[in-house]
Amino acid sequence: MKSTVKAALAAAVSLCAVTAAQAETIKMAFIDPLSGAMASSGEPAYQSFILAAEHINANGGVNGDMIEVVGYDNKVSPKESLVQLQKAIDSGARYILQGNGSSVAAAIIDAVNKHNQRNPGEEVLFFNYAAVTPEFTNEACSFWHFRFDAHTDMKMNGITDWIAARDDIKKVYLIGQDYVHGEAVAHAAETQLAAKRPDIEIVGNELHPLAKVKDFTPYVQKIISSGADAVITGNWGQDMTLLVKASADAGQQIPYLTFYGGSNGAVAALGDGAVDTLYQVSELAANMEGVSPEQNALVEEYKARFPDYDYYYHRAFVALNMFDAAAEKAGSNDPIDVAYALEGLSIEDGYGTATMRAEDHQIQQPLYITTVAHDMTYPVDNTDLGWRLVEGGTISAEAAMEPSTCEMQRPE
Amino acid sequence: METLVFALLNGVIYGLLLFMLSSGLTLIFSMMGVLNFAHASFYMLGAYLAFTIMEGTSFWIALFLAPVLVGLVGMVVERYGLRRVHAQGHVAELLFTFGLAYLIDEVVKIFWGRTAVNYRVPELLDFPLFTLYGAQYPAYRIFILFVAAFMLVALWYLLKKTRAGLIIQAALTHPHMVGSLGHNVPLIFMSVFGVGCALAGLAGVIGGNYFVTDPAMAVQMGPIVFVVVVVGGLGSLEGAFVAAMLIGLLQTSAISINASLADIFGFLGLGPHTEVGEITIASMAPMLPFLLLVLILMIRPRGLMGEREV
Amino acid sequence: MTDMTATYAALEPTRAEKFRQRTVPLILFAVVLLVIPLFNPSRSMVTLLNHMGITIVFALSYNMLLGRAGLLSFGHAVYMGLGGYFAVHVMNWVAEGSGFWGAVPIFSMPAFGFGAGALAGAIIGWPSCRRSGTPFAMISLGVAELVAAAGFMFDSLFGGEMGISADRMGGPEFAGLSLGPVDEVYWFIAFWTFIGVLGTYAFTRTPLGKLSEATRDNPERVEFVGYNPQRVRYLVFIFAGAFAGMAGGMSAVQDEIFTPESLSLIPSGAILIATYVGGIRYFTGPIMGAIVMTYMGSNLSDYTVGWLLYLGLMFVGVVMFLPNGIAGIVYGTADTLRAGRLGEVWQSWLLRLAGLALIATSVITIVEVAFRWSEGYGEVFEPFGLHLGTDNPLTWALGVLPLVLGVVMVMKAAKGESK
Repeated sequence: MKSTVKAALAAAVSLCAVTAAQAETIKMAFIDPLSGAMASSGEPAYQSFILAAEHINANGGVNGDMIEVVGYDNKVSPKESLVQLQKAIDSGARYILQGNGSSVAAAIIDAVNKHNQRNPGEEVLFFNYAAVTPEFTNEACSFWHFRFDAHTDMKMNGITDWIAARDDIKKVYLIGQDYVHGEAVAHAAETQLAAKRPDIEIVGNELHPLAKVKDFTPYVQKIISSGADAVITGNWGQDMTLLVKASADAGQQIPYLTFYGGSNGAVAALGDGAVDTLYQVSELAANMEGVSPEQNALVEEYKARFPDYDYYYHRAFVALNMFDAAAEKAGSNDPIDVAYALEGLSIEDGYGTATMRAEDHQIQQPLYITTVAHDMTYPVDNTDLGWRLVEGGTISAEAAMEPSTCEMQRPE
Repeated sequence: METLVFALLNGVIYGLLLFMLSSGLTLIFSMMGVLNFAHASFYMLGAYLAFTIMEGTSFWIALFLAPVLVGLVGMVVERYGLRRVHAQGHVAELLFTFGLAYLIDEVVKIFWGRTAVNYRVPELLDFPLFTLYGAQYPAYRIFILFVAAFMLVALWYLLKKTRAGLIIQAALTHPHMVGSLGHNVPLIFMSVFGVGCALAGLAGVIGGNYFVTDPAMAVQMGPIVFVVVVVGGLGSLEGAFVAAMLIGLLQTSAISINASLADIFGFLGLGPHTEVGEITIASMAPMLPFLLLVLILMIRPRGLMGEREV
Repeated sequence: MTDMTATYAALEPTRAEKFRQRTVPLILFAVVLLVIPLFNPSRSMVTLLNHMGITIVFALSYNMLLGRAGLLSFGHAVYMGLGGYFAVHVMNWVAEGSGFWGAVPIFSMPAFGFGAGALAGAIIGWPSCRRSGTPFAMISLGVAELVAAAGFMFDSLFGGEMGISADRMGGPEFAGLSLGPVDEVYWFIAFWTFIGVLGTYAFTRTPLGKLSEATRDNPERVEFVGYNPQRVRYLVFIFAGAFAGMAGGMSAVQDEIFTPESLSLIPSGAILIATYVGGIRYFTGPIMGAIVMTYMGSNLSDYTVGWLLYLGLMFVGVVMFLPNGIAGIVYGTADTLRAGRLGEVWQSWLLRLAGLALIATSVITIVEVAFRWSEGYGEVFEPFGLHLGTDNPLTWALGVLPLVLGVVMVMKAAKGESK
């Protein structure tokens, strides 16, 4: 009996070896910070892509080929990213994964466009999983670029929809970092609120220099004096944490609607101060009811594998699953075929249906407004706090949708 | 009135915290002529050590133990690093501390990870002390005020009223004479460096949970501390105090000014919708210290109260 | 008097010496630049080489300040950034192609960068160069912070976070180069790198270059001789800014983008480290530093997450033990060989090398094991098939014993040499 099992095992192993030998690898280059202070946003994304690739490979790969995700450390510098991009392309990578920093993304889109134009037959695709500047899928849109994250205006749609439904919010304060992103957030908030709830008064529109403010107490004081009922901010990193912390210290009890409240370490730094104060809009609501057991198993697997971080970059899984589906649909792993197959493709995702819009390569998916609460099934930052879906916090893909001005140039 | 009271209160506390950080730096400079680039890294080290000690024991033990540990690290750095480089001049010393800052940052990331740690205000002090114009005022801030004031007095007493302080002051101007009188000048230097670092560590202990304890805190605090020390006049404790207060108040009060450059310079024809005209004083507030630094160095390179040119 | 003149004349190098010491190295450098493409380097290698060329010019311009004039600047990237930004804008005007700009070849961008860098140096240098030493360093820090903040505020000039990009394939072709593929850009970079090296070298031979060294060593005496040290510093500063701007122009063509980060303290710190590690007391030091640091900066991260720590350790090591940097080692070795003293020193050299290798073994073991312990998620450091976990006594042995032994050996070698 034993020997038969052994023989069967041996046969299975050799069979695996044979298929593995025939299968080619699809190299994907992950170009993002993997060292230094910013690695705390690059690393979890890298791990998410690796885990996503492992799952796809375990299920037979993409058209029988295996995905290999290789990390390239770009030190968040656009120029260094171009060196790493060249290295990646030379090593045979035809798919580029990047997301941290619109400056880097802009440089990569530009470089990929030029590369594909100058080197026909060697095209590469760029899967952007987190750079949210709306231009990338509007006037600066490119056939070679696919965005797997909702852009600023779409996320703002989520926030303003939620505010519009709350009659008790009459005054809104806008605060942000003084650069393109902060300005874009403020502008989107102003125009959308004016359209959805003209009665809401914008009681403050403040910009402060990027990563230079240590003590946000004076800003919070201004917010308190203005009598605001809610604050919208596009701040990230320390600028976000310190702002919400100063608010909690002042005993302020109003929602701070953020884009990046879910970044690693923010909840740990804020502790109880974040409860019902820190809100975020994202495509992920881990503690929502009605999530499939497979998706929950994935969240648990991630946490078990990478205990320092939490399941946050759901988009990494969406991106690779969509890639898998598109390649299988096209019956080819060639970037151009995959790009055409991705256009208009829909997949059933753990938190709703995700569609890659053909006209601008912008993903369309439901968004969720969540806030920090105690006793959640999936807490974050190794605390007992987690993200709870708020009432009326589910924003359908249609509600989040934004029109695009993209005039897509497609190759023959 | 409301704005004024808050600007004053916050400005003073922020200023005191800045002073705690810069006092160590200016002390080290006045003794050894070394502008310690890694000073803010010792501040970060203090916060992280306090976090770890607090997990095992309590905040109050961390308050004393963490600065001592940081001071010991500082003494080791002086003894085995700086002293070696000293012969090659001040630029080499400055570069040494510049490299040291990189090393401390990386080592902190190895031990405590790349994201913020959950360093809390002790429960005993975690309550709103009073409410002012609708905003609660946390007790911990007043605690910072007291710690800083206590440190200020203790430092002043140590330097001006004790024998050790006398020797330190003498070694500052006449190291050879002090050495000839039988005092161990290298030991004095080592201790002063240690004390300076311990002060930064203390600032880290009480600043780490007031702000956020993460690996970026050193880089965030670094440049501003230099501004305080240089504006105040290198080597002058009084100057550092005045400059810290000035910068604290300047920065917090500027935030409450909503006027834009176009409002102020409109008479020169600056339009409110031009890129320059749109800038408000409030949005420039965090840059004001650097503007102040450049201006001071051009007009009065000794700094506000410095006795010699830097 | 005549005696004195005669002695000075005797001290002057002969024509042959001048040729050997000054012209031959430049010719060699040009030959190296010409020969490199024959080895058929890959595109990523060429990209790396191009960045090395840019950093060489940038580091040489930085050393005009730090090494030659004794001015420590924490904000030199400002001038490279402003020069580069101007070049990118010019490239976009060229692409529009109206009037004068339509006739400008992209090949000439570094010249525009040079001009913009000089202008920036002239404006910012005016207040900063009145002081030397620590005030100069602090002013440069303050100015760098201000300019970097402005970079994020004025979108029309700096393009905000996304920066400003351009296309290097616009405008009339020059020397038959379309500048599309990177190997064509290589010739562009090689040409301008040579111009940069030649220019900065020529500068050291000018009276101003000589005066800048005199001002570094003894400003009072320079003043007695009748020159104004402040003015000397100011002029040197303008030239340093100009060459930095030139490097910016080269970078604009190579990368076709400039972003506000390029003005910040990070690239300024990086060039300081590269120049110092190369050796600020030699003209060629910054060149070596630029090559080594560019390579390490782009490639070390492929092998280890701890590359920043290694860089920091290397920098601190150079500051503490090798104040003359890499160039100091190279020239020291060359001098010993030329003097035929290898026989006397080879033992202590071997001892030192072995000691350093042992220290490196320990340091690498400690760093790699530490990083895996911190964030390796169960991954174990396995060099040469060894399994170095934190619970393996061998790890601790490898972390400590070679270190102790190595330090003893290096100290012994140093003692032997000083005798």
